[in-house]
Amino acid sequence: MSITMTDSAAAHVRRHLEQRGKGVGLRLAVRTTGCSGLAYVLEFADEVAANDEVFEDHDIKVIVDKKSLVYLSGTELDFQKEGLNEGFLFRNPNVKDECGCGESFTI
Amino acid sequence: MALLQISEPGQAPAPHQRRDAVGIDLGTTNSLVATLRSGTPTVLVNEAGEGSLPSVVHYGEDDSITVGHAAQEYAVTDPMSTIRSAKRLMGKGADDLPGTWLSDHYNFDLTSGPMPAFATNAGPKTAIDVSAALLKELKAIAEKSVSGELVGAVITVPAYFDDAQRQATKDAASLAGLSVLRLINEPTAAALAYGLDANDSGTVVVYDLGGGTFDISVLKMQRGLFEVLATAGNTALGGDDFDEAIVSMLCELASFSGELSSGAQRRALQTARQVKETLSEQESVSVDWHIEAETHWSGTITREQLNNAISALVDQTLTPCRRVLRDADIEKSDIRAVVMVGGSTRVPLVRDRVSEFFEQPVLTSINPDEVVAIGAAIQADVLAGNKPDNDLLLLDVIPLSLGLETMGGLAEKIIPRNTTIPIARAQEFTTYKDSQTALALHVVQGERELVADCRSLARFELTGLPPRVAGAVRVQVLFQVDADGLLTVSALEKDSGNLASIDVKPSYGLSDGEIESMLQASMDNAAGDMQQRLLQEQKVDAQRVIEAIDSALRADGDIHLSSEERAAIDELIDNLKNSVKGDDSAAIKLAQESLEKGSSNFVERRMNASVKHLMAGQHVDAVAAQLEESEKPQDAND
Repeated sequence: MSITMTDSAAAHVRRHLEQRGKGVGLRLAVRTTGCSGLAYVLEFADEVAANDEVFEDHDIKVIVDKKSLVYLSGTELDFQKEGLNEGFLFRNPNVKDECGCGESFTI
Repeated sequence: MALLQISEPGQAPAPHQRRDAVGIDLGTTNSLVATLRSGTPTVLVNEAGEGSLPSVVHYGEDDSITVGHAAQEYAVTDPMSTIRSAKRLMGKGADDLPGTWLSDHYNFDLTSGPMPAFATNAGPKTAIDVSAALLKELKAIAEKSVSGELVGAVITVPAYFDDAQRQATKDAASLAGLSVLRLINEPTAAALAYGLDANDSGTVVVYDLGGGTFDISVLKMQRGLFEVLATAGNTALGGDDFDEAIVSMLCELASFSGELSSGAQRRALQTARQVKETLSEQESVSVDWHIEAETHWSGTITREQLNNAISALVDQTLTPCRRVLRDADIEKSDIRAVVMVGGSTRVPLVRDRVSEFFEQPVLTSINPDEVVAIGAAIQADVLAGNKPDNDLLLLDVIPLSLGLETMGGLAEKIIPRNTTIPIARAQEFTTYKDSQTALALHVVQGERELVADCRSLARFELTGLPPRVAGAVRVQVLFQVDADGLLTVSALEKDSGNLASIDVKPSYGLSDGEIESMLQASMDNAAGDMQQRLLQEQKVDAQRVIEAIDSALRADGDIHLSSEERAAIDELIDNLKNSVKGDDSAAIKLAQESLEKGSSNFVERRMNASVKHLMAGQHVDAVAAQLEESEKPQDAND
């Protein structure tokens, strides 16, 4: 299963990549830490490593290492505003439980 | 729900450990707050969508404090308590007051303390109080705009501010409950916004023409720091003077020679501003100016006419420009960049003249109203520790994640691989069994999910834990890796203060090849590892349920259960215990669910019993009253 982005997320990622002036794409990953086990990582990517899977959506490369992909498969990256705050959101179909903060989860 | 931002590679923060910092341009007429969102500097806006907060504070008779646009509303009805331009008084004494714009417009209380205070409806207020009110508002906007708590702020001050003025700014921040990461000079912030710190040497000129003030600064980049070589300016020259000059031109064009009433004056200035702004974009503009009751003037104004009207004023700014070059003892050819700051630098004539004067193109790509706040935000982000400072320090990273063994033989990573050292990370752990008095700590290294697949570094034990129910004892485990790569792991039980620790050198004996193969194994076994992790978590959860029901049975199983019921639960427990020995995750889950279901009657009876115990010997009404009482909010002096 692939990793996708909503139109709004893609527009923001593109803007930030342009502003940054370098980078091959966006890296999504999962780290095993946090208050309910697993935590999301969202970073600019400067290179694609041997163990990375590369998805292309909205003409943006989304890079996920194979280890994280087992936890992220089917995820859609969204962008949301909440009051004055705004940022990205993982819509991850594998998630069973979140700690309520949206930063860590269990599957 | 936290909304995530995109981090630099390897810099993604651990959950709930985002370090949000802001840059604040605390201006004489307007103030702004900015932060980095996914690496992009952004000016934060309030609920009304306004990014610029007028530096105006109104003090009401009821001690209410109004800030910004709302405070401006009081300028006409309650001018003495509507404080603007307080920045001009920061760090100043009573001796500095006579003859200033402020002393002409406000009443002062010089007896309330060492600092002169504005006499307002709410009593004497110093410039620090007024600035604090503005900072509080900016802080509130910032806190609503980020997910975490603010680490602190970088606040900008004019380059010519002396120590007393800088200290006053810091005092205002602390009154506002804002931690100051650093004060930086406004021109320095503007240079940072354009990334001019990337070169390690060179001279930069910052031309700052605001609404009412003009500042010119010469900065020299040395060893990664901007040094202010010279400043000059004019505290009574700015875009407002352009507007007045345009009004004069309009009067001349309309052949209007009388005195304008105050309402007409306001309309005229508004028309002038529109003319100025439109002609910054276009070559000509058609104007319909409502002068007085029946008098109108309409016609076309060209950019050339505007230029003629303001030419003398623009030239006035060039005198200080000449002076700073002389003071800093530099030639125009030494200057690497000219940065334009302040809304009035949008006027094309200003850009042209300044560019002509310094004999080079001027930098205008960043919004001149926002450039100072943006530079401050970039600096704040660096100071908050969100950027690797590769240019200045060669930092080492840890090659493999460091972590601890948790229940079920799982590896819990405390410091992820590629984290720059030195680093310290703490995590809290708790006991798993009732009355557990010791905690075994197993320090492991590697990327795999199961401890068996990671490298064991050290084992030690924390003893003397207070005997409590499972989960009630809190142990803080701290991983520290110093600049030499030495890992120290310590465990502290918070209530008793019991401490145990161990030193390890984690990279010892590992070749690059071994590290590489450990990484590769974690990739190759990703799917299997995940299944293993799920299975182990299922097992740990099942054990917890067995543990809980077992201890309940021991406590009062005989009281609440008939022997048949007891046997049924025992069988379910045995069933689950057997499943846990196997590796079938689904079977464990099923057995656990049947045990939870099978023992629900028992759990219910225990709860009823404890409620009855609470109410024993009391009349129902008394109990109800008691319950009601306990739900009421308690008074502080109760």
